[in-house]
Amino acid sequence: MIDKFVPDIDAALEGIGDGATIMVGGFGAVGQPHALVDALGERGLRDLTIIANNAGGDFGGLPKLIAQGAIRKVICSYPRASGKTAFDALYAQDRIELELVPQGTLAERIRAAGAGIPAFFTPTGAGTQLAEGKEIRIINGRPCILETALAAEFALIEAWEADRWGNLTYRRTGRNFNPLMASAATLTIALAHRKRELGAIDPDAVITPGLFVDRIFIAETTS
Amino acid sequence: MSETRIKGWSRTEMAARAAADIPEGWAVNLGIGLPTLIANYVPAEREVMFHSENGVLGVGPAPDAGAEDIWLINAGKQPITLRPGASIVGQADSFGIIRGGHLDLCVLGGYEVAANGDLANWSTGKPGEAPAVGGAMDLGAGAKRVWVLMEHTTRDGRPKLVERCAYPLTALGSVTRIYTDLAVIDVTKQGFLLRDCAPGASHADVQVKTGATLHRQ
Repeated sequence: MIDKFVPDIDAALEGIGDGATIMVGGFGAVGQPHALVDALGERGLRDLTIIANNAGGDFGGLPKLIAQGAIRKVICSYPRASGKTAFDALYAQDRIELELVPQGTLAERIRAAGAGIPAFFTPTGAGTQLAEGKEIRIINGRPCILETALAAEFALIEAWEADRWGNLTYRRTGRNFNPLMASAATLTIALAHRKRELGAIDPDAVITPGLFVDRIFIAETTS
Repeated sequence: MSETRIKGWSRTEMAARAAADIPEGWAVNLGIGLPTLIANYVPAEREVMFHSENGVLGVGPAPDAGAEDIWLINAGKQPITLRPGASIVGQADSFGIIRGGHLDLCVLGGYEVAANGDLANWSTGKPGEAPAVGGAMDLGAGAKRVWVLMEHTTRDGRPKLVERCAYPLTALGSVTRIYTDLAVIDVTKQGFLLRDCAPGASHADVQVKTGATLHRQ
């Protein structure tokens, strides 16, 4: 019997060690698996690489991980927030590395990794600082940048419903990067808010098929 | 010179001025900050599909206080509603909409716009300050039309419409129209072309605050 539900957060996060590369779903605070990221912060990890859209917010566990010095490098599109953040302080002291990626390019690099596309050309960012050092080719008269696929060892994602095979649905703008990250990580850990019997989720409604998901933790909060 | 006496359009008047030029049926992305106000001035009976890059097509009006849905935010991370007809997509599809040229219009804020349509709006290049780009470069490169809504000059009076951008570029040659507190200006092959002036402002008033030649119709 395939059963991907895990009993607690420790079982969900088992195997994540120092130096791991971890994708974290979410756009802003929505669709970020806060309980998983908070628990990651309790494990005293070092040298992590985090791939997430935002790194500088005042929400969730990422700022805490950053403040602890657990993160060596952030790959993201928007490390800024309205106020000063833990990221800003470390960045100003050159104690954290930033790879800034346009949001659509970040999404497509993750999608490419999951879909077996090693690299692709995109017009986004051509002629800007973010194209520096990258291969440029003129395609249909337009300069395009070569961008490479972006994979990770782990993905921490948030879903709405889950069944024991790992089939997932999402809620409103909570979908964002989560399905992409599920496909691009070696091991995908989902926090879901509703546990469903196998067969109870309409196949047409499944956004992430269970084969992309390894572990599911059902959050006690049902917000 | 009469420049000190010109009041110009207010921020809400600028947004309303831009909103008046958006026809029914367009798919439109509004950037964070000032451009977001534009949605308030498109009447509900004129059906425009507002896109938010975190994955919404069909953004509705802001929710009433207390009626916010924690699962629904826009690109500026503010609570939103969905209008009837709305749809939700993931990030790859949302940026496929942008990069694939399916948006009729994107309205962005700006630090500088050059006479050749170059846009700078993501980084001031200050050392030690983390740059943040979000979806600006995708929008600048991908939308069918890019308009910019911004003050005509900086707080200390320097022109934001310039011959060449000094700040790091967001997208090259993509801006086609600029709405400021003083004027509506098209970016043409010849450079800046004055379309409309705020009440009491003349071509000469606007030219003196513009860092490149301002052509007349």
